[in-house]
Amino acid sequence: MQVGGAAAAGRSLLRIMLLIRLVEERIGELVSAGEIKTPCHLSIGQEAIAAGVCAALSRQDTVWGGHRSHGHYLAKGGDLPEMMAEVFGRVTGCSKGRGGSMHLVAPAQGLYGTVPLVGATIPLAVGAGLASKLRHEPHVAVAFFGDGATEEGHFHESLNLAALYRLPVLFVCENNFYSTHMPLSARRLKDNIVQAADAAGMPGIRLDGNDALAVRDGATQAVAQARAGAGPCLLECRTYRWRGHVGPAWDLEVGERRRSELDEWMPKDPILRLRRRLIEEGLSVEDLDALEPAVRGEIEAAVTFARESPLPDDSDLFRHVYAPRRT
Amino acid sequence: MRQFTYAQAIREAHAELLRHDPRVFVCGQGVWNPWYAGKSLLDLDKEFGRERVFDCPVSENATTGAAIGAAIVGMRPIVFHARMDFMLLAVDPIVNQAANWSYLFGGQVSVPVVIRSVINRGGEQGAQHSQALQALFAHVPGLKVVMPATPYDAKGLLVAAVRDGNPVLYLDDRWLYDSEGDVPEGLYEVPIGSGVIRRSGKKVTVVATSYMAAEAVKAAETLAQRGIDVELIDLRTIKPWDRDLVYSSVGKTGRLVIADAAWMSGGIAADIAAAVAGDIFHALKAPIVRVCLPDVPAPTSAVLEQAYYVGAKDIVASVEKVLL
Ligand SMILES: Cc1ncc(C[n+]2csc(CCOP(=O)(O)OP(=O)(O)O)c2C)c(N)n1
Ligand SMILES: [Mg+2]
Repeated sequence: MQVGGAAAAGRSLLRIMLLIRLVEERIGELVSAGEIKTPCHLSIGQEAIAAGVCAALSRQDTVWGGHRSHGHYLAKGGDLPEMMAEVFGRVTGCSKGRGGSMHLVAPAQGLYGTVPLVGATIPLAVGAGLASKLRHEPHVAVAFFGDGATEEGHFHESLNLAALYRLPVLFVCENNFYSTHMPLSARRLKDNIVQAADAAGMPGIRLDGNDALAVRDGATQAVAQARAGAGPCLLECRTYRWRGHVGPAWDLEVGERRRSELDEWMPKDPILRLRRRLIEEGLSVEDLDALEPAVRGEIEAAVTFARESPLPDDSDLFRHVYAPRRT
Repeated sequence: MRQFTYAQAIREAHAELLRHDPRVFVCGQGVWNPWYAGKSLLDLDKEFGRERVFDCPVSENATTGAAIGAAIVGMRPIVFHARMDFMLLAVDPIVNQAANWSYLFGGQVSVPVVIRSVINRGGEQGAQHSQALQALFAHVPGLKVVMPATPYDAKGLLVAAVRDGNPVLYLDDRWLYDSEGDVPEGLYEVPIGSGVIRRSGKKVTVVATSYMAAEAVKAAETLAQRGIDVELIDLRTIKPWDRDLVYSSVGKTGRLVIADAAWMSGGIAADIAAAVAGDIFHALKAPIVRVCLPDVPAPTSAVLEQAYYVGAKDIVASVEKVLL
């Protein structure tokens, strides 16, 4: 079937979300089976944010992430087999077996590093925006972070800097209402993260983080403004993480409300929602159904690649502590 | 005597301190949940209430600063950091503020705060979840740094830290949490600044910290089977470390191996080696050997982790080396 530009874009958005979902479900299984040992934080339920924001970016725009960044890596075009090899601790991994799930990198795709120290990459994104400005380049920098990260000073200091210097930075807060076992309500008096933008002097927009098209459109607008020199923007994308803080477990024992929250949020599945929308807009069910087997094939190929890849050699321990001289 | 795990001993110290001293409170991330703290804080909130035992937002800097402020005005806070790496976000209040406060103001105000953090090792967690940064803090005048290796010391050093009247960094090691040992009831103290001889011997002095003190016990057993008797000192306090004990032992053995599971460059082992070489050089019969982590960030891949971490076998090899 021939699909128009908008429909094709929607379809590729759906494909990326499905990829993130199925990769993380597969990683979850491999963690349960003991084959993957590095801590893996799954973003299942939150896929629309990574996919929606990255759909608004070009390859040279940079993306910065945290401990829960498989989705950011994949949506920005990071190589799936290399990510899988990394979580398997293989030398063919994107970080050569030094990083595991919490330290992903894909420089050629504008992803210069995701790290698990909460909030750590927010100021780094500001720096990338600063470089764009000084070099008169049109590239935008995107910081992905959670609601927990907004409790660090980094966040507020970074918003202020970016606003003051009118830097092309998108601050994307994935508000999933939890930081480990702690619900948002136990950590701040008001559900008002988005208002931090106002205090810093930039627009703050609250988006339905489970609506991929709304996220994409919100990000597209913010990116256009940043490229035009209008400065940064804070997008608060409200969502929910289905699985526990780390690993595939559901963490139902954490907080009295997890069960009822899941009952509320799982019907808002971002993937089903987008799929329904695309069908309403005329895409064929068969066409969309064909996505899943193809994606599963890619994932199994990545797992095979990871399994068959060599482990790092222990004599290699000292490599990469310092980079070669670069004048 | 009751057998407690290291984690249980830490928990009991907290409980007794909370019970007997209304100035004590416990705060930090992960205080209400065993995910990071293991059993070391288990259900303290249920026993003492969530006003005195409170889990905090992801705000290490403000949380630590607040604990320090409360200490200055007379409370006895214990602020918890689930990983030493996270505590680095609070370096300003610890190093600039707490460490200097007494001196800055001519001793008129002091900071009786305990800053506790956990050193994690392994588990493919990588460079930002596995740092043992005791030397960084031991470098700073005004801070004390303790590192218990046994359940007995884990309890006694926490009590001593709370009563010390100064900012004390209390560093516990995740790899010790399940180790067992005698733990008496009641509030007892292990004096800060005093090491302990775990095993006496004549041939080589092994000075070890924290996790490596536990490894050194195993190493000493292996060496004893080979007819080599080492004197094993568990340092317990890194700053100020027990010079008298180390010097008198090295005076006897003439040989020194120092084991500290942190980076070699600029580490505690370097400090001890320099002091011994500078103060009792004449006592030495062989070069001093250090057993430390290589100067590399912690990797994730298990193969590289195995190459990275040191343990009993490295201590054994080093002792044999100083006897060559
Ligand atoms: C500086 C720092 N403090 C604490 C932690 C422990 N920690 C790891 S993930 C996490 C939760 C952060 O929550 P949020 O930013 O909302 O991200 P989410 O896990 O919900 O994606 C915390 C507190 C850390 N990694 N780094
Ligand atoms: Mg969150």
